[in-house]
Amino acid sequence: MKTQIKPYLRLSGLEPLVVRPETNFVNVGERTNVTGSKKFARLIREGLYEEALSVARQQVESGAQILDVNMDDALLEGVAAMTTFLNLLQAEPDIAKIPVMIDSSKFEIIEAGLKCVQGKCIVNSISMKEGEQKFIEQAIICKNYGAAVIVMAFDEVGQADTKERKVEICTRAYNILTTQVGFAAEDIIFDPNIFAIATGIEEHNNYAVDFIEATHEIKQRMPLTKVSGGVSNVSFSFRGNDHVREAIHSVFLFHAIKAGMDMGIVNAGQLVIYDDIEPTLKALCEAVILNINNDDNGATEKLIAFAETVKSKGKETIKDESWRKESVEKRMEHALIHGITAYIDADTEEARLKYNKPLEVIEGPLMAGMNVVGDLFGAGKMFLPQVVKSARVMKKAVAVLTPYIEQEKEDRRNNKSLEQNAADEKGPAKILLATVKGDVHDIGKNIVGVVLGCNGYEIIDLGVMVSADRILTEAQKHQVDIIGLSGLITPSLDEMVHIAKEMKRLQIDIPLLIGGATTSRMHTAVKIAPEFENGVVHVLDASRSVTVAGSLLNQETKINFLRDIKEEYDKLKLDFGNKRTAKQNISFLEAQQNIAAIDWSNYLPPVPTFTGTKIIEHADLAEIATYIDWQPFFIAWEMHGKFPAILEDEVIGKEAKKLYEDAQVLLNQIISEKWLNARGVVGFWEVKKSGPDSISVVDRSIQLEFLRQQIKKAAGQPNVSLADFIHPTQSDYLGAFSVTIEGIEQHIKRFEEGLDDYNKIILQALADRLAEAFAELLHQKSRTTYWGYVQSEEMSNEELIKENYQGIRPAPGYPACPDHTEKYKLFELLGGETATGIRLTESLAMYPASSVCGWYFAHPESKYFGVGKIDQDQLTDYAKRKNMDIDEMTRWLRPILE
Amino acid sequence: MKNIKDILSERIMIIDGAMGTMIQRHQLQEADYRGDRFANWHKDVKGNNDLLSITQPAIIIGIHKQYLEAGADIIETNTFSSTTIAQADYDMQELAYEMNVASARCARIAADTYTNNNPDKPRFVAGAIGPLNKTLSLSPDVNNPGFRAVTFDEVVLAYEDQVKALHEGGVDVLLVETIFDTLNAKAAIFAIKSFFQKNNLPELPIMISGTITDASGRTLSGQTLEAFYISVIHANPLSIGLNCALGAKDMRPHIEELSSIAKCFTSAYPNAGLPNAFGEYDEQPHETAHIIEEWAKEGFVNIVGGCCGTTPDHIKHIAEEVSKFTPRALPVIGL
Repeated sequence: MKTQIKPYLRLSGLEPLVVRPETNFVNVGERTNVTGSKKFARLIREGLYEEALSVARQQVESGAQILDVNMDDALLEGVAAMTTFLNLLQAEPDIAKIPVMIDSSKFEIIEAGLKCVQGKCIVNSISMKEGEQKFIEQAIICKNYGAAVIVMAFDEVGQADTKERKVEICTRAYNILTTQVGFAAEDIIFDPNIFAIATGIEEHNNYAVDFIEATHEIKQRMPLTKVSGGVSNVSFSFRGNDHVREAIHSVFLFHAIKAGMDMGIVNAGQLVIYDDIEPTLKALCEAVILNINNDDNGATEKLIAFAETVKSKGKETIKDESWRKESVEKRMEHALIHGITAYIDADTEEARLKYNKPLEVIEGPLMAGMNVVGDLFGAGKMFLPQVVKSARVMKKAVAVLTPYIEQEKEDRRNNKSLEQNAADEKGPAKILLATVKGDVHDIGKNIVGVVLGCNGYEIIDLGVMVSADRILTEAQKHQVDIIGLSGLITPSLDEMVHIAKEMKRLQIDIPLLIGGATTSRMHTAVKIAPEFENGVVHVLDASRSVTVAGSLLNQETKINFLRDIKEEYDKLKLDFGNKRTAKQNISFLEAQQNIAAIDWSNYLPPVPTFTGTKIIEHADLAEIATYIDWQPFFIAWEMHGKFPAILEDEVIGKEAKKLYEDAQVLLNQIISEKWLNARGVVGFWEVKKSGPDSISVVDRSIQLEFLRQQIKKAAGQPNVSLADFIHPTQSDYLGAFSVTIEGIEQHIKRFEEGLDDYNKIILQALADRLAEAFAELLHQKSRTTYWGYVQSEEMSNEELIKENYQGIRPAPGYPACPDHTEKYKLFELLGGETATGIRLTESLAMYPASSVCGWYFAHPESKYFGVGKIDQDQLTDYAKRKNMDIDEMTRWLRPILE
Repeated sequence: MKNIKDILSERIMIIDGAMGTMIQRHQLQEADYRGDRFANWHKDVKGNNDLLSITQPAIIIGIHKQYLEAGADIIETNTFSSTTIAQADYDMQELAYEMNVASARCARIAADTYTNNNPDKPRFVAGAIGPLNKTLSLSPDVNNPGFRAVTFDEVVLAYEDQVKALHEGGVDVLLVETIFDTLNAKAAIFAIKSFFQKNNLPELPIMISGTITDASGRTLSGQTLEAFYISVIHANPLSIGLNCALGAKDMRPHIEELSSIAKCFTSAYPNAGLPNAFGEYDEQPHETAHIIEEWAKEGFVNIVGGCCGTTPDHIKHIAEEVSKFTPRALPVIGL
């Protein structure tokens, strides 16, 4: 008797999972995904792996049959986070029993995950977007690890949207996998791309039908394979309206599962039962999903109209004015917590008349309200944008009271002794904030100022590009209690060390706080803290600044707090010292032997349509705005998560949505009223390789110098330098650009005068986003038109953000070319300051702050990388090539030297 | 000459018994292990059985011949611990490669002698790839469950080295055995695949043999038998089976389950019962053979033999008992 074995998809954790034809739709748990779950992302970022495991456990308990694990976050070391989490997970039998789906857009993270799991995993995902060869390579690796794979319907041309393209790409992938790679058909899972429908664009109307029909066709043609997808995309245009979204998901799944969809990443708890959907809504959803009666968006508009009724119903309940009937104290508290400015002037006036002194209104109801805000913020129940709005209410109230307080002071001065006055005027603790010399970025610093201001501190903000001398003079003049320094670019780190040394020399006994994007706890511990004994503390973000300031200003807690910090930093410093000896660099000469292996034999460098520069005086802001990457906008507000998923996040979604809407309003105003001007310049030059790491610009007697990775690489991995992407023997071309958003100053000033920090910070963050978006737009224009090495490029903004295009635009001072001083050459080539009006500071920051510059490399294999740490041999050679003093060079390259 | 796959379709094949048990009978001392070459080695090497393939090849060849004489079709190389990682205990990691080559040659000489004498019963050499003394799924530190004493890449490197040497020594198949941590086995499979892919060589058949450690029916790293099977079947092995930890009596339900789910040939080589109070195995050859005979009758197995405590006598009895039965038929794969 022969046993029969069916070719089913078989996966395993500690226990098996066999997907049989009679198996119901397989739910893949989605909360252990840093891009989808704010909470999980925070836990991982803060290293709270125990709690992160409990998220996984909840997923298993609520019925997830597979666990999707994703660590794709710019702030995370993805490989390390994936390894740590999965290793810990293996020790939890109640979680490890189900299979793991290793989810990343970076294959190195996927591979790291595969190295940790004994069971059979699913890799999510691989595709042919970088061509067949890469696809085959990655498939072979997955096969050697014994994983099933999700194949995205994505090829060299782009993501498949029509049924025909989906089926065509999946069939092609199937043939390659089964014939060339030897993949078992049942181990192939297709993701034929679920796209948003009902967007108002007619071409999108058939997307759901395309998916459903493609699924059917794929399962017909390749019956052993499986189909999966991310369901929530389909209803994206109804974000903010969960009622309608859930109905769309249910109806969509009903049809997709019938067509053969086997599994999906869904929030199972949020699915409504198909039969429970109200008939009207169900019919509307069916029409939109199946694209019936949808000429001229007919069905779409009906569903939108219906959605509006649901939505407005929702809004009515929110606009509850009953709080207006409460006492004045309660009303003020409500206004502070909810950031409502509409009534605050009148309420403050009412309170002023009720209390004996105007100061009592501040010390009484206003401070009480702000304490509630502080508590809610501390407990993670309010988020930064809300706190900034609360601050706006507070400032407005204080502005009402200030004239009366001044009047009182004046009266007292006339009646009382000077000593009494001095005693009376000893107000709240003072905190001085400044962005250091040479640096122009201040969004983060402004946010810290607002948050600390909310907590009752007096903030003395010296602005940007502030010299050490001025910071210390002002600190002594105002007798401040804390000094806070901020910086975004790497040379600012040295300036902070300098300030710490100055404070020691001048014997200033004031604690020093360090913050900003380029700073770190490690740098603070190793470089700054040893220079100044009276307390140096690195503050990760605005939310931490409150507790740090609180601990430092209470004489009882201060000593213990500083002692703990010192112990922590001493240990960090020691660890750092130990780690250093373990690093493995190869010699610069060896690194130069191991360059990026590019086959130049069949490569003809594309010739740009012009050489020299082209200046764009007024670019179209409306067009630029469509290129905005919103994720960093939210990060500026300390709201971490992937956009647009963040708008739906269970914890911060509501506030993120509000912030997004407010930003849209301001953005529209900026565009329609021409608040800002976008200026840019782009240039191309013929270049020749003049050394392993040098590129000379023909006809311009300028030689560009690049740095090369020196870390010991795995066999077959090159030590890359940007110079590797230029033709080694023939003439080639290089491009450069700089863009800026100008004219922000007067609007900032107006918001400041209006006590509106909220809109001021939105404006600054938007200007930064516009500059980046302009760089993206200009890069695309360069690829398709100016340089023209890509003839047609159909890419969504999302794909642009993911850098799916050919060629790169690395900026001097950033990981691929970390030497800021090359910016001088870049600006010289582009025509200097006059081209765009951008000025370079002594630290080589650009002013206006919302500016971006970079080089263009066109070669298809050019890619972003980090140079990493280099050794003395390369430094010596580099300084010599640049004809720069070795000490000077050391100063500029310090971050990559130690 | 028939290849191993053809023979497996015709009859149940016999794999040899314990190497360690047979070495113990020689009562070798420190000096015997060292031989002339390692007379001055800075560490004690007694107990490093794999070293004997270099220092006492005659003894190892002799043991192989006893098993071949008893009827074994497949003999395992004396390489259970011949990896750079396992040999580090004796500071002999540099010698791991040489041990594999030497062991493979010892087995080759013995097997070829018997094949030449009787070409109708060809003998095969299986390169034994053991589980390592460090594991990838388990932390040795109870206070730090995320810690690992070794990385996947290190394990792959060690195994790839072993595979290369066994291949050089001329083995016919590779046997990944006594798997108590599936991730170690996956690293071994990864190493095997990479080795043949990188060198563009035809892949040798792979045999896989896991170890169920207790009555709960799970591996030491916590997987059920089916989960284990699913995790390693991508190796596309010649056979999958179980060995060690259990005697034949306790292994029966697991081998029955495995035979119902495995799409390749199945193998089983249990210990000679459970160890007694002195750590010795005292199940008699006819007792072991009697249990295994029933497996053959039920059609559970394609390859049988013995693990710890079994001797040429056990193998002889097993071979005789199972010769009466047809092997397990390969399952049909299809919807």
